[in-house]
Amino acid sequence: MSAKITTRERLKIDRQAMPERDATARAAGFSEVNLGFTEKLAMLEAQRCIQCKEPRCVAGCPVMVNIPRFIQFIADGDLAAAAQNLLGDNALPAITGRVCPQETQCEIECIRGLKGMSVAIGHLERFVADWASRHANQIVATPPQPTGKKVAVIGSGPAGLTAAGELVKLGHEVTVYEALHKPGGVLVYGIPEFRLPKKIVQEEVERLQRAGVKIECNVVIGRTYTLQELRARFDAIFIANGAGLPMFMNVPGENLKGVYSANEYLTRVNLMAAYQFPSADTPVIAGKRVAVVGGGNVAMDAVRTARRLGASSAMIVYRRTKKEMPARAEEVHHAEQEGIRFEFLVAPVEVQGNDQRWVTGLKCRRMELGEPDASGRRSPVPIPGSEFVIECDVVVVAIGSRANPLLTSTCPELKLNRNGNIAAGPNGMTSLPGVFAGGDIVRGAATVILAMGDGKRAAQAIDGYLKGA
Amino acid sequence: MHEVLSKKQLSPNVTRLDVMARRIAEIRQPGQFVIVRRGEGAERIPLTIADADPAAGSIALVIQAVGKTTRDLVALNPGDAIQDISGPLGRPTDLIASGRALCVGGGVGTAVIHPIAQGLRQRGVAVVSIIGGRSKEWVIFEDDLRKLGEVIVCTDDGSYGRKGFVTDAAKDVLAAGGVDCVYAVGPVPMMRAVVAVTKPLGVETIVSLNPVMVDGTGMCGGCRVSVGNETKFACVDGPEFDGHLVDFDLLWDRLGTYRTQEQESLVRHEGSCRIGLEKPNAG
Repeated sequence: MSAKITTRERLKIDRQAMPERDATARAAGFSEVNLGFTEKLAMLEAQRCIQCKEPRCVAGCPVMVNIPRFIQFIADGDLAAAAQNLLGDNALPAITGRVCPQETQCEIECIRGLKGMSVAIGHLERFVADWASRHANQIVATPPQPTGKKVAVIGSGPAGLTAAGELVKLGHEVTVYEALHKPGGVLVYGIPEFRLPKKIVQEEVERLQRAGVKIECNVVIGRTYTLQELRARFDAIFIANGAGLPMFMNVPGENLKGVYSANEYLTRVNLMAAYQFPSADTPVIAGKRVAVVGGGNVAMDAVRTARRLGASSAMIVYRRTKKEMPARAEEVHHAEQEGIRFEFLVAPVEVQGNDQRWVTGLKCRRMELGEPDASGRRSPVPIPGSEFVIECDVVVVAIGSRANPLLTSTCPELKLNRNGNIAAGPNGMTSLPGVFAGGDIVRGAATVILAMGDGKRAAQAIDGYLKGA
Repeated sequence: MHEVLSKKQLSPNVTRLDVMARRIAEIRQPGQFVIVRRGEGAERIPLTIADADPAAGSIALVIQAVGKTTRDLVALNPGDAIQDISGPLGRPTDLIASGRALCVGGGVGTAVIHPIAQGLRQRGVAVVSIIGGRSKEWVIFEDDLRKLGEVIVCTDDGSYGRKGFVTDAAKDVLAAGGVDCVYAVGPVPMMRAVVAVTKPLGVETIVSLNPVMVDGTGMCGGCRVSVGNETKFACVDGPEFDGHLVDFDLLWDRLGTYRTQEQESLVRHEGSCRIGLEKPNAG
């Protein structure tokens, strides 16, 4: 280890803040909120890492990135080596650097967090990844020895892309099937431009394509081809087609005009670029007063999108308290900065409408927290007689999703769990030999990085399976 | 990319495009649809597969030009291409196994009835089709359906076939008896009217619903309809449902969600077309 700087000196450096676009300015458009570290900031931040002998941050990372190693290369100013190492561990660092909940994974484990602030691992990851995409020619890729084995990946979201990236590195021939017209899955239809620019996703996808991954869009497995047809053509399959069906609240008025699932609302705005309507052809009802039901990342994305579409009031309606919200801390913080209102301990009981059946309000009931439920969170209990109405013209329902039966219903041999998700072992193997699964179709709705972890583990298991076969 | 092989104007606002989509042509079944996106910036819209030629690798799309997206599609010519076509989507039609079926098609819905009648005929089911339009020039798919069985044509103005609505003719056929199942596809008011005739008679009636869709795979829920007081997604649970259980009011209402935006988009589109034809003004 180069000893240009002592640990004592490292400890004296404060955590560098991520440069952000001004809250008022950014709430009027879809430009990315975080601007990224400059090289100077990144090197300074990298020097804060004390290079633990047994780094706990790595254990906290679902894809096991060797964090201290790439950070050391940044501190040394060798960005090509940092990129080379990071890309070796993580197929999509520009994405995870932006959307991972670092505060509950790598950064929470950081030893520097015990006395002060953890190293800004996510920000550094993003810095290296962005550098790598600008300096692709400086990163040496050794082409792998082709194995002659063919693997199909179903779905081009985070799990599918990660698996594809790992599998080509191992020399397998990979074809990814995507149902929509553009690759990326939730990264392009779900996560908004201001949090993850589509250009970044496209660059990551193109990097995988250069590495040899083939992507076929507009192919719906379960409709265009059955799983069994793919099994006949490929040596192994990784199913990562996502969570699928949006859940609704099952309250009266839910089919009024102006009620959206978060999936539809975000897909219209992100994938179909409805924020550019009428230059783009797909419209969205841009409410003046928008109520978003839910407390996860998807709810935050929807409410901040509503704000950017011009809502004077954009509000989160959540049945527990801020503490229980599953959303990433940075998103909640950014939402607050952007003037998003939060109604905590509130549950909708009815969507109200006018005689033309447009939404006019969301009737809610106040809740209090009772005993902890199965998830360990205290479950909300309604307070009798506490009904009130939130005036709004658009309601976005962001309370999760169910498994999409499109693929599984056409392959009864594939074992499901009781939620309709695919039953898969720890390495992703399903009940069918050579068929692996991961991401939301196995977990139910989870995070990008957990899906990526599944993709990486499954790729290794598929490699083992193919070598044994 | 999906090349347009041929184009035919079927009625004043209905156009048939035969486009390359080899895999879909091979496996499509009656009742299934595709999601079409013409190119960058275009909407994704569902279109029923009206016919297919597996040997040529082509499918027939029948498009009623009403808004910007459909006008853009019918402006395509042979040699042009559609960027994205995904499918075949939706559940295939629940075809009766034997007996006699009445197929009722209104307007562009007649193109949707065609593959259903084809499927029925292939199973040996006798097919009577009732198709209608405002006047003679609005009647489509008559010859195709004649190949599959008896066809009764109705026009509102009596300029061709029988004068009156398809429902009037349906009443007569049903009164004569021997109909095991009715398949009705057309504008919402037409399907609602057909169901109003068949429900009291207890004749099973399948309708094909056309709500607003985005992805077509169940992911967005925009196409939700109410069937038997249960919310269903037309893209994955349908698009065909038991007509006796469908909430047509809700369907009709939700179809109007984007009326203002559709108008805005169309006016802007038509405006820009006209601007293209005019000489640029000085200054």
